[in-house]
Amino acid sequence: MATWLLGRSRILTQKHHLPFFLASFLKHTSPSIHPFQCPLSFSRYESTKAEAQLELDHDVVQDHHNQVIDFPGGKVAFTSEMRFISDSTEKRVPCYRALDDNGDLVKRTNNVQVSKEMAVKMYSEMVTLQTMDSIFYEVQRQGRISFYLTSMGEEAVNIASAAALSPDDIILPQYREPGVLLWRGFTLQQFAHQCFGNTNDLGKGRQMPIHYGSNKHNYFTVSSPIATQLPQAVGAAYSLKMDGKSACAVTFCGDGGSSEGDFHAGLNFAAVMEAPVVFICRNNGWAISTRVEEQFRSDGIVVKGQAYGIWSIRVDGNDALAVYSAVHTAREIAIREKRPVLIEALTYRVGHHSTSDDSTKYRPIDEIEHWKMARNPVNRFKRWVERNGWWNDKDELELRSNIRKQLMHAIKVAEKAQKPPLEDMFNDVYDQLPSNLQEQERLLRKTIEKHPKDYPSDVPL
Amino acid sequence: MSTCVRKFGRWVSLVSKRGFSTSTCIQEDASQQSLKSLNLCSAVNQALHIALDTDPRSYVFGEDVSFGGVFRCTTGLADRFGKQRVFNTPLCEQGIVGFGIGLAAMGNRAIAEIQFADYIFPAFDQIVNEAAKFRYRSGNQFNCGGLTIRAPYGAVGHGGHYHSQSPEAFFCHVPGIKVVIPRSPQQAKGLLLSCIRDPNPIVFFEPKWLYRLAVEEVPEDDYMLPLSEAEVIRQGTDITLVGWGAQLAIMEQVCIDAEKEGISCELIDLKTLIPWDKETVEASVKKTGRLLISHEAPVTGGFGAEISASIVERCFTRLEAPVARICGLDTPFPLVFEPYYMPTKNKILDAIKSTVNY
Repeated sequence: MATWLLGRSRILTQKHHLPFFLASFLKHTSPSIHPFQCPLSFSRYESTKAEAQLELDHDVVQDHHNQVIDFPGGKVAFTSEMRFISDSTEKRVPCYRALDDNGDLVKRTNNVQVSKEMAVKMYSEMVTLQTMDSIFYEVQRQGRISFYLTSMGEEAVNIASAAALSPDDIILPQYREPGVLLWRGFTLQQFAHQCFGNTNDLGKGRQMPIHYGSNKHNYFTVSSPIATQLPQAVGAAYSLKMDGKSACAVTFCGDGGSSEGDFHAGLNFAAVMEAPVVFICRNNGWAISTRVEEQFRSDGIVVKGQAYGIWSIRVDGNDALAVYSAVHTAREIAIREKRPVLIEALTYRVGHHSTSDDSTKYRPIDEIEHWKMARNPVNRFKRWVERNGWWNDKDELELRSNIRKQLMHAIKVAEKAQKPPLEDMFNDVYDQLPSNLQEQERLLRKTIEKHPKDYPSDVPL
Repeated sequence: MSTCVRKFGRWVSLVSKRGFSTSTCIQEDASQQSLKSLNLCSAVNQALHIALDTDPRSYVFGEDVSFGGVFRCTTGLADRFGKQRVFNTPLCEQGIVGFGIGLAAMGNRAIAEIQFADYIFPAFDQIVNEAAKFRYRSGNQFNCGGLTIRAPYGAVGHGGHYHSQSPEAFFCHVPGIKVVIPRSPQQAKGLLLSCIRDPNPIVFFEPKWLYRLAVEEVPEDDYMLPLSEAEVIRQGTDITLVGWGAQLAIMEQVCIDAEKEGISCELIDLKTLIPWDKETVEASVKKTGRLLISHEAPVTGGFGAEISASIVERCFTRLEAPVARICGLDTPFPLVFEPYYMPTKNKILDAIKSTVNY
């Protein structure tokens, strides 16, 4: 605690260097959810990082000569006491929330204000995502699309994070964040086209369903590897910084992704490159069948930020208002301070990993039900919006029936649309068709002519 | 084209074993241009200077590149272009390539250095699953074509397992990237500039044995050499020899020795391994009726196998002998046994004789 206090007082003395929005935060923030607990975070703005570090060490027993080792990277105090740093702090890092499970605003919360218009849009998009998931899931079950993967239970992380960003921010998604794309205006029809892999799919039918991407919406195309996007986001963020853009890169991963080498690479590079990137880790408890106890022994993801020299916050991922506030603030920090921020959103994968998975084989149904009902992020946000008088049953009925209709129509259209033409198999491997591909296309066409029945009849030749 | 061999410290001992390749493929007007005698390292350095100078959205980064790099290829870049465009990265190859992909995807030219090709494997996923598929998987909405990954490869006489490997074949199995290997300073500069400016991600392997050994006259101006175009660097009638990078220096000596024995060799520098120029090799083999491929990488599954198979498909009736492959052996690269492992001059010469006398 002494360490924390020293750190805090240091921060307060630095207040005049801070942009207004940060300073106001400091005044009103309760310590336990303080986003600026790490005094070292300011080291870049001080003449010597070493001094800041030394001050922190007052609570450990230093040797009587008060000597320091002047090591590359800053001075380190000596101590005569042999003491190992424990594997964890006594208390787990608390989880920031603004709404309780009933959707009531918790006392003394320092959430970012959300307007009626914004709140209603957020709620509507959460319902849209939820509805899209349940209908596409059924469509897959009927064998009409080959695969699907829902974001159920994670609607708040999806939509609230998107709502807190600017359209100029570059998204490097994993694959359970279609809500961000939805928020940005990718239509239900476009989602359906992609899932059916038809000629209107921007990805030209080359990837499995749910591998969305849209240049127009600054949303990089999804790839199946779970953490490769993290170091890429640093490169994208570095570009934004060098171009002087008032935007950041935002990248997502799950608890499983945090075990990949790319997670380490991404966070470490981001810190060293001072890149404006926000890492959002959806800790949803499960990586297919691997629970977090089998994934890591740290206090989740949030504590990893400090080890890389990155500000971090743990947030209730099922509280849309908290997610919105954390992402909104993280974005401001990233852009203004040119530094990365790590957000760990505690949430729960209510659905199976994908349509190829049956999660009741490895986790208790009670657990799923609890998160589906008692901790449902959509219901919680709805209660808050209703309580504000911004939403009623009539709106609800209208919204749900409208989305359902749109989805049914979109699916019908997507299902009827033509498959992409055969030439799209060969295009875009390179910017131009090399001779080996020209030859292969020619040979393939001959084979198709000879054995037309071996091939799908619905692909235009 | 004048050529010479410079002797630098430990490289002295290598000179007797390894020469360097001459280049004949510079533009027609090369004689009018200002030429400077450069080694391969300086030629790479010059290309990087030009790349950074001609495009403000280009970046050079990697392990230790800021002070000039362990091979000195990036000397002077940080001083001239600033630490924001030329910088050290943490020691993490997947991070370097991942970062490069993101940077390139935003419309920049990202020139990443992997310190040794032997250390490129942590970045394999980023190269194979990300860079190579970036354009295709997005339906051409996104691409990371501005990415060029430079990596010194190959034997140096004392590199052992982890400073000697030639991993090009791994990358030749990956649609969506290009693999380019230069044989000489002139080639290195022209090909590297082409790679940097090509709209596709490219792995550019530099023959580190030749960094200081190979010296030739290099035009000082900004020039590019075409990709996916092989070059016949020596005309011949009895057998076609195909190679790339440092191995061409050995093969050139073989050509001279074979000539003394009355065998006329045609030597081809493939330069770009994928997508490769089959037509040039095919035309040559149709003329000579024989083919030998030589590379330092282990013979099994090496890119020589691909060339061999392709040429047999196209030239079966014209071949007068089986295709010969003289390559590295199927062992990890062995320190003390390097002279045994390597596809040396006499191994190639013997194979040429057996092929011609088949």
